[in-house]
Amino acid sequence: MSLATIADGVVPQQNWLDKIGAGHVILGTALLLYPLVGSDFFLTQIAGYSMIFGVLSLSLMLLAGYGGMLSLAQITVAGIAAYAVAILGSNNSNVLGFGWPWWIVVPFAVAAAAVSSALIGWISVRTEGIYTLMITLAIATATFYFAQQNYAIFNGHSGYAGIHAPVFWGIDWRDPKPFYYLCLGLAILSYAAVLYGSRSTFGMTLQAIRDNPRRMRALGYHVTAHKVFAWFLAGILAGLAGVLLVWFNGRVSPGTIGVDVAIDILIIAVIGGLRHPIGPFVGAIVVILMQTFAIDIVGAERFNTLIGLVFLAIVFVSPDGILGLWGRIKPHLAQESLRAGP
Amino acid sequence: MSILDQPSSSSLSGGGVTRRQAWGLVGLLTAAIVAWLVFAVWPQWLNAILISKKAFVSAILNGLTLAGLYFLVASGFTLIFGLMRNINLAHGSLYLLGAYIGYEVTSRTGHWLLGVAAGFTVLAIIGVVMQVFVFRRLEGDDLRQTLVTIGISIVAADLMLAVWAGGTYQIATPEWLDGALTLPVITAVRSNGASVFLTYPLYRVVVLAAAIVIGVGLWLMLNKTRVGMMIRAGVDDRAMLSASGVNVHAVFAIVFGVGAGLAGFAGVVGGSALSVAPGEDVRYLLASLVVVIVGGMGSITGAAIGALLIGLAEQIGLVYFPTYGVVLTFVIMVVTLAVRPQGIMGKAR
Repeated sequence: MSLATIADGVVPQQNWLDKIGAGHVILGTALLLYPLVGSDFFLTQIAGYSMIFGVLSLSLMLLAGYGGMLSLAQITVAGIAAYAVAILGSNNSNVLGFGWPWWIVVPFAVAAAAVSSALIGWISVRTEGIYTLMITLAIATATFYFAQQNYAIFNGHSGYAGIHAPVFWGIDWRDPKPFYYLCLGLAILSYAAVLYGSRSTFGMTLQAIRDNPRRMRALGYHVTAHKVFAWFLAGILAGLAGVLLVWFNGRVSPGTIGVDVAIDILIIAVIGGLRHPIGPFVGAIVVILMQTFAIDIVGAERFNTLIGLVFLAIVFVSPDGILGLWGRIKPHLAQESLRAGP
Repeated sequence: MSILDQPSSSSLSGGGVTRRQAWGLVGLLTAAIVAWLVFAVWPQWLNAILISKKAFVSAILNGLTLAGLYFLVASGFTLIFGLMRNINLAHGSLYLLGAYIGYEVTSRTGHWLLGVAAGFTVLAIIGVVMQVFVFRRLEGDDLRQTLVTIGISIVAADLMLAVWAGGTYQIATPEWLDGALTLPVITAVRSNGASVFLTYPLYRVVVLAAAIVIGVGLWLMLNKTRVGMMIRAGVDDRAMLSASGVNVHAVFAIVFGVGAGLAGFAGVVGGSALSVAPGEDVRYLLASLVVVIVGGMGSITGAAIGALLIGLAEQIGLVYFPTYGVVLTFVIMVVTLAVRPQGIMGKAR
């Protein structure tokens, strides 16, 4: 009886705070209030940049964590959106540039990214596991070389410059504070979407396919279609991040979609952890902070050695990244406090 | 399966010609056409379509040489994968390191052959060390092994940049390899009736010959020796090989040594034909990836076929559609994946 009444009493009272989780609310509030204390440099170069790369890695986490497909082509997808913004919008490179308004350009750019992501997915889902990594790496590298050599569409080595973020409602969205909120908005939206999606029917099906594709096929699920749709969704995230990236940099060139960047995305996701959507953001902040401040420690030249070693250490010590480390330390801390108690 | 397949395939093609014979006929015809293209003096209309005979034959020869180089790099890659299910994404770095070591040794001692030997030996040792100290610790975890190779390639690229800076090096070839070879291929006939023969750098012919010799050597090693037997058995069933009393770790170390050594060897040979510079590691990694995706993972014959396709496509693309050469390579990869996901010579998984 008492159990039933408790259950009856609890379920209707599960308010929005319980649903979202206290941790999320605290984190969200802190991020919303951050511009009050953060300098302009920290707002854009660190926080904004981290969130853009966080969303990019989130798109990889979606594929790898829930779909079991490790992709190195996420920056390529983002780059397609970035190039689309440069080509459909306006740039000052005197090549193409249709000058469409931003609210037409952005949907088109994101759609282009999502469709090409689905295409890449459709090519690579014919293979499994580690092969996906190889094929996406080959696609990313080939796209990079193509963008470098092609002048008709990609404007070759120099790419496009002079791309401006839109100005509307009287706000220049590339100013530090608006841009920070733009990135934050995208980060929160995509984080919530991935979290919600992972618990939806599609997310559950995708995870089941990751765990046992043969059984799911036998149960009558269209395995390939589910995987390709996951690629499509990841493409939307990567495309949105690509749009913000090109607004942030003001330019896009083959260097933006180079193999080193593609590997950076993977490093961010692995360092953060691929088990939970918060991982990519943690990884992004760690890597961007290192990228910015490692110069003071090891000099700008040897930064890659440092990040490579950190990456190697993470892979060796904790396959689940920083989140995995935390998961391993947390029970120890709890035990310590228990022991200290009496 | 094959017994069951036989009648159906012969009845399909009809007239008592099996599918195999039909393919053989197609192959012979193609060979005849290529031979005619290479040796005959071209009529005007053909020159008009294919720019000139000299350009065409040179593209083919360059393609073959490049294929030889790609084969040298990719054969190590595919061997390592076949046995260990380990995608060594640091393979391009091994190539570049081999090239740098070859450059240092050659320029200090003045002996090119010493440079080649050093490139192979040092990289073979590095390969064994990598296998023993890194991959053995992560055995059975393909994904982490691959991630580790990514980390190694990042660190290696950065350290090589620190030591050798961003400059471009050229490994000096010895005098006996310099010069050009006059091939019995008539490119044009002068107005006075004298034939113009095609000349081609001797060194590139040597590269091609070396690739063929090493390819045959690898094939013999894999198919005729005891170690090769163990390697093939390991490719098919690693656990069973270990259960029958073979020291699998030693076999792994040998394969990793040979694979890495071949990458280093290719680095010196390729660095003499082309040039050594940062970024070459990514280029050759891409080449090995595409070659083994097309040819089939774990197969030496597949690596040879893939290298031929990609090398020829790249050079012919360079001559006839310069900016879209990469796309041609890419199209070959996608078509292969669409028709045969496991690669041309790959085993179905």
